Amino acid sequence: MNPARKRTVRLVVALSVAVVLASALIYTSFSAASPALTPSQLLRQAQPGRSYLLTGTVLAHSVARDGAVLNFSVADRAGSTATAVPVAYTGTVPDPFREGREVIVTVEKQGGRYVGERNSLITKCPSKYKEAPASEKQNS
Amino acid sequence: MAALGRVCLLLALVVCAYGIGASIYGVRTGRFEFSESGRRSVYALAGILTVAFAVLEIAFLKNDFAFNTVADTSSRTTPTFYKAAAVWSSQEGSLLLWAWLLSLWSSLVLFLTRKRLRDVAAYATAILLGFGGFFVSLMVFYAQPFATTNPAPSEGVGLDPLLRFPTMMIHPPMLYSGYTLCTIPLAFGMGALLARRVDAEWIRVIRRFAFAAWLFLGIGILLGARWSYSELGWGGYWGWDAVENASLMPWLTGTAFLHSLMIQEKRGMLKVWNVSLVLATGTLAIMGTFLVRSGVLNSIHAFGGQTLGVPFVVLIAVLIAASIYLVVSRREMLRTEHRLDSLLSRESVFLANNLVLVALCFVIFWGTYFPLISEALTGHEASVGPPWFDRYTVPLALILVLLSGIGPAIAWRRATLANARRNFVAPIACAMLTLLVLLAAGIAHKAFAIAMFCCGAFVLASISQEFFRGMRARGAMAHEAPPVALVALVRRNRRRYGGYIVHIGIAVLFVGIAASSSFQHASELGLSPGQSSRVGAYTIRYVRPTASVTPDYDSAGTPAGRELSAIIRSERGVTLGPDTARTGATLSLGAVLDVSKDGRHVTTLFPSEGYYASEEPTQGSVGHLIGGQPVSHVALDAGITRDVWTAIAPNIETPRLKRIIALGNKTLPYIHPGEGIVAIAAMASAYMQNPPQAQFHLIVSPMVMWIWIGGLIVGGGALIAIWPAPSVVRRRVAARSRARAEHGLARA
Repeated sequence: MNPARKRTVRLVVALSVAVVLASALIYTSFSAASPALTPSQLLRQAQPGRSYLLTGTVLAHSVARDGAVLNFSVADRAGSTATAVPVAYTGTVPDPFREGREVIVTVEKQGGRYVGERNSLITKCPSKYKEAPASEKQNS
Repeated sequence: MAALGRVCLLLALVVCAYGIGASIYGVRTGRFEFSESGRRSVYALAGILTVAFAVLEIAFLKNDFAFNTVADTSSRTTPTFYKAAAVWSSQEGSLLLWAWLLSLWSSLVLFLTRKRLRDVAAYATAILLGFGGFFVSLMVFYAQPFATTNPAPSEGVGLDPLLRFPTMMIHPPMLYSGYTLCTIPLAFGMGALLARRVDAEWIRVIRRFAFAAWLFLGIGILLGARWSYSELGWGGYWGWDAVENASLMPWLTGTAFLHSLMIQEKRGMLKVWNVSLVLATGTLAIMGTFLVRSGVLNSIHAFGGQTLGVPFVVLIAVLIAASIYLVVSRREMLRTEHRLDSLLSRESVFLANNLVLVALCFVIFWGTYFPLISEALTGHEASVGPPWFDRYTVPLALILVLLSGIGPAIAWRRATLANARRNFVAPIACAMLTLLVLLAAGIAHKAFAIAMFCCGAFVLASISQEFFRGMRARGAMAHEAPPVALVALVRRNRRRYGGYIVHIGIAVLFVGIAASSSFQHASELGLSPGQSSRVGAYTIRYVRPTASVTPDYDSAGTPAGRELSAIIRSERGVTLGPDTARTGATLSLGAVLDVSKDGRHVTTLFPSEGYYASEEPTQGSVGHLIGGQPVSHVALDAGITRDVWTAIAPNIETPRLKRIIALGNKTLPYIHPGEGIVAIAAMASAYMQNPPQAQFHLIVSPMVMWIWIGGLIVGGGALIAIWPAPSVVRRRVAARSRARAEHGLARA
């Protein structure tokens, strides 16, 4: 085989490998991803056994600790409190977690309950880079 | 003062506009006195922004709450050290820091290149001033650091307690230095393409800056990991958070570039690849800034409104379009001078390393921006978690570490079997020995960790062998003793041996990551005083609670302050602050933990949780003193073999403690908020006498310290490689002393 031909073959092989790997990556990212939903969306469309990324604010007076389990309800950011999702969570609780804060937590529907995945709770910290202190005051 | 700051920003904008115009006019018409003037306007920009930054820093130190950013991110009760660091905690302040650092680093590179590459440097000047102008206009039109409120509030909100951690002083400046330095290779790369001078000359000019960008970015990432580990209270150092990923991506492409540029210098190959990597690194650095500043993605680094999104998207689109246009239109000039001779050569190992790094970057890019991609493609926002990242990054990291051991030892152009045997028998033997030892120790179930240990051993052996051979050769030729020969060897080939030291550091770092993530023991549970828990080989006992109360920093010296201090001291079980971490917490509740192993005392740890004041009148005269965000102050016993990491979350929501606060709120007026501290002290005393169960997070993870040690080795190696070679320094000194002597002779 002449060198030019050999190079072309090599290039084609390398490119096909890259394409195959990239497609595998892209495929798995879609199948492994958890959809991000608001509490009202979650209540409407949650299927048991799938995990969802729940985003919303922690409902006031809903936080209670029961041994290692932290119970709290997540409500829509700007919605009624009627569409709150009760979450039973175990694992690390970030420092900024408190009532009225925006949180992101991975949950799975188990029967009528929503169980938070261990150590998946993220709190959006409201004071870093915030635009105006007024927004925080409205939240809390 | 604020007016001075505003004038500085307007002046900076004018200087940028003038400099861009002058540089481009100068290089287009060949009248280089204009591009000279453009270069000087970068110096002027640096001067102006230094004044602006000083104005803001002084405002923070003097508690000038008329400045909105000061009122939002600082307060009288914020300790001075953190007031100084609070400048860059706000959106506005961090934009100013970005622009200021950009102007300083640009001035340095343009000063050092003032006699070289006139045309390339002129375009680079215009591009750098373009970035400067972009950030300055953000500050003029969108996020104004010098906006004021009249009348000024009497007190500010205070620095977010989470940011009250010593590295806050250096982490953002390091990271931003890294980001801004990444734009310098981009500017020169674009300049070289615009001026059609694509030989290795421009690469030689910016090589050191690319290395510095890589080093600063690396330090910034590592300091961020360190902050996450010891402040965020979850016990991890990396969580695949969007902002972490954003800083890692340019670092990865930068690493790739630092390797592939050697091939261009030595063999004239990979020109398109190199210039693309440089442009990608600069663009990724801007995207990183965009990600932190715009709030398009969910992250623990949360963000306010999205006003900066549109300008950044426009800038990034322009950068990508310009990059593609330049590379495509100049592709004829970027033809390679040589072909790859063999797949077994240093060139091809470098190429493999580049492909792995770019693949890593692509994986991280895809995962980070997946929520946006998914929303665009399917209409639903979705995101991938750490397991997805780990699935791809772990194998790629293994290959990368392995290559870092192969690269330095394999021959250029074509490696022969004899060459391979000579260089790789000992390292492979070392790796096999490590494998046998690990299997004998019975930890066969963690395949990836074991593979990483073997790769690490391979790298250490391979690079030690290189050092040993170089040293022996030098010793034989110059008849030097081994230590002298070693120092001389490194001094003569700083770049090469500095690079090898970096490889050792990376191997150590990854061994630390593999060990600490695979063999960690963690426990989360509630304990009452006297109870204990077993974590790994250690027993941790909750001996007793602690409480300290700190009155307002400013009132400490006044008669009223002294009186309050006396009352706090009189409360049983309560100590008078400052809190152990000295971060300005009003109330700090903690624990004395006794750590023992096999019945023998190892250490005593004092984790605590700090409660900070908020400016929230609705929480009441007492409640607001601890109404801010509580922050956990981790206590850890760090060692070479393992870290014992502990954090506490006390429970202050018991009915009894709540009653004390409610009573205080009712009886104490809000007019003298400082006096509420008395009720806090009473509450702390009640807590101490009848301590409720507290939640603990206890972790024992092996070899975490190796990550930081590896980082230090990397930094040391990188400094050796960046430092100007002795011959250059000597030549400069010699030239200067000759000039001085001639001057003296002329006068005589």
